Amino acid sequence: MLTINHLRKSYGPLVAVDDVSFSVERGQLVGLLGPNGAGKTTTVSMVAGLVTPDTGDVLVGGAALRGDTDPKKRQIGLVPQDLALYDELSARANLRFFGALYDLSGAALDKAIAAALELVGLADRERDLVKTFSGGMKRRLNLAAGLLHDPDILLLDEPTVGVDPQSRNAIFDNLEELKRRGKALLYTTHYMEEVERLADRIVVIDHGGVIADDTLSGLLNGDGSRSALEAETRPRTLEAVFLTLTGRSLRD
Amino acid sequence: MANIPVTPLLAMIRKDLQLFFSDRRSVIVSFVVPIAIGAFFGSIFSGPGDNAEPARIAIAVIDQDGSAISKAIVTGLQSDRNLKVATPAEAEARDAVKRGRTAVGVIIPKNFGDAAGKAFFGGGAKPDVNLVYDPSRNTELAMVRGIMTQHIMDAVSREMFGGAMGKQYVEKSLPEIESSKMPAEQKAVLLQLLRSVQGVYNQPAGAGGRPQGVTMPYAVHEEAMTAGSNVAYNGYAHSFAGMGIQFLLFAMANLGVEMLLERQRGLWRRLRSAPVSRFTLLTGKAASGSIISFLILTVCFAFAMIVFKVRIQGSVVGFLGVAIACSIMASSFGLLVAALGNSPATARGITTLAVLMMVMLGGAWVPTFVFPAWLQQFTLIVPVRWAVDGLDATTWRGVGLAGALAPIGVLLAFAAAFGALAASRFKWEEA
Ligand SMILES: Nc1ncnc2c1ncn2[C@@H]1O[C@H](COP(=O)(O)OP(=O)(O)OP(=O)(O)O)[C@@H](O)[C@H]1O
Ligand SMILES: [Mg+2]
Repeated sequence: MLTINHLRKSYGPLVAVDDVSFSVERGQLVGLLGPNGAGKTTTVSMVAGLVTPDTGDVLVGGAALRGDTDPKKRQIGLVPQDLALYDELSARANLRFFGALYDLSGAALDKAIAAALELVGLADRERDLVKTFSGGMKRRLNLAAGLLHDPDILLLDEPTVGVDPQSRNAIFDNLEELKRRGKALLYTTHYMEEVERLADRIVVIDHGGVIADDTLSGLLNGDGSRSALEAETRPRTLEAVFLTLTGRSLRD
Repeated sequence: MANIPVTPLLAMIRKDLQLFFSDRRSVIVSFVVPIAIGAFFGSIFSGPGDNAEPARIAIAVIDQDGSAISKAIVTGLQSDRNLKVATPAEAEARDAVKRGRTAVGVIIPKNFGDAAGKAFFGGGAKPDVNLVYDPSRNTELAMVRGIMTQHIMDAVSREMFGGAMGKQYVEKSLPEIESSKMPAEQKAVLLQLLRSVQGVYNQPAGAGGRPQGVTMPYAVHEEAMTAGSNVAYNGYAHSFAGMGIQFLLFAMANLGVEMLLERQRGLWRRLRSAPVSRFTLLTGKAASGSIISFLILTVCFAFAMIVFKVRIQGSVVGFLGVAIACSIMASSFGLLVAALGNSPATARGITTLAVLMMVMLGGAWVPTFVFPAWLQQFTLIVPVRWAVDGLDATTWRGVGLAGALAPIGVLLAFAAAFGALAASRFKWEEA
């Protein structure tokens, strides 16, 4: 569904993303892991069309994404790392605006808003101003806003930051439901247990490059490419694998 | 641009209007404050209204002479409709001027009448009239000087051609001139003049009344050139235009800052991920900004029309044209703020300063005609100047549509320039 082909982006001398390639299939959730500054957000931004890659392509359903108004952008939904909502507007007014950006209007828009609010459990709060929402409610609304136009591909950049276990579980239920509906999900996070629970495949990037692309069990059990020494001290948790792959030095 | 994305555009406009009206403070600042300040400035600068008396200049006259001439001068000044004359003691007058209660103190020194009479026919030194004045009221000083000249000439000439002093003076002067060493020709002319003046005195009284003396050979009929011969200049027209423009510019600068905040809060990432062109995004902002600006200006003017009887004396179409062009200019200025600004806080500070400079130089506070000539020329590069002039032209000056075309054209050109610069400098990459 989504194929990322040799994406590269540099900011002056800094290569933020360096030849990144992977793909996400329908009904699949791919966890994108990496230390701070690894290039996750930059990668997601290039997929969403916010940042123009220096080289490389983003393929949606096999065709390359080109330009701001490419209709294929309709197939992509972005859930940004920040709570990108208008605090002074109601939940409904926010969704009506974001839906209209995708040319939704009238009954279709109303239906989409109702469905999205229903999914994230905010239907009874639609008339309230967003500024009266708790952090978890805002996170859920942030997710709903990315789903309105029923995209086939959902890009989630750290969607559970600052969320209590209840809201987090609610969001996980939402994501599993979306997977069942055949969406392709690219999920960025620093929480290993989220990826352990949700991800069908895990891509680890560091210093802008992909250093692992495997299933959870593939990563935990290691493979032939590992040295004998590493095989001996084979880590048992994803976090241990992650630290082995990316090292223990602080980033940023 | 084959098909205009109507739904996203309308949604952007609707959202911006909702946000604008949901912020009570911005609504008050945009609608109430300009009306309050406009009313204040209007009341200061308004011309004589329907029944308003022109403001009289407060002066003090100290007559240390007490001659017929000086008394006539005081009477003349007291009867002048432009002056409010007090006759305190000198020390008191000086104090009143120092404290700003009196604009000018006129001191007529001892022997003024005598000396002035002599000087009138060219003999003897000219006596001084002393003026003490408030240095912050130069305009009033100039007016008082002019008015005083008129009354002194009146009093002196009347006395010299008809009063006892003149008669005495002529009788005394004739033998003096005859025995003087003046060139013969000049002496003859002067003697002839004085003898005929003597003839005037010796006429039987009552025939033609007292001689008039030298008078101003004209009377002034003043007609303010505004919309119609019976339409008074309305200072509120200018002040409400000026304040409306100032506060719509503030609103648009704020719109630009809000765009920077939208970016900071990640909202712009969401906008950019939608299949909406950059052109549409900027057009949406420009449109909502123009609508808000136009609302501010029209509400401001509607208030002035209802409460202060401001009228669009010229072309209504021209007025609307200028108002719309001004609104578009202001909203593209807002885009420029968003394009050039970095942090919202510094952008807010810089643009507040920029708006204040623009409205000050553009004549929104005080009309540009009080500026020195070079500054009047210079301020043509300020868009606000064209907006203020355009609104003035179509309101109280009563100029037709043709007079509004230049301001409209220039304002739209500014809008295009601001918009183009904003589009080229806008940071589109949402990293
Ligand atoms: N607009 C930009 N200008 C310059 N450098 C940038 C820009 N955006 C990102 N970078 C740099 O690119 C690198 C990758 O940043 P990115 O935000 O993609 O990392 P990340 O993996 O999302 O990190 P985090 O986990 O902290 O969110 C970092 O070194 C960052 O400083
Ligand atoms: Mg990031």
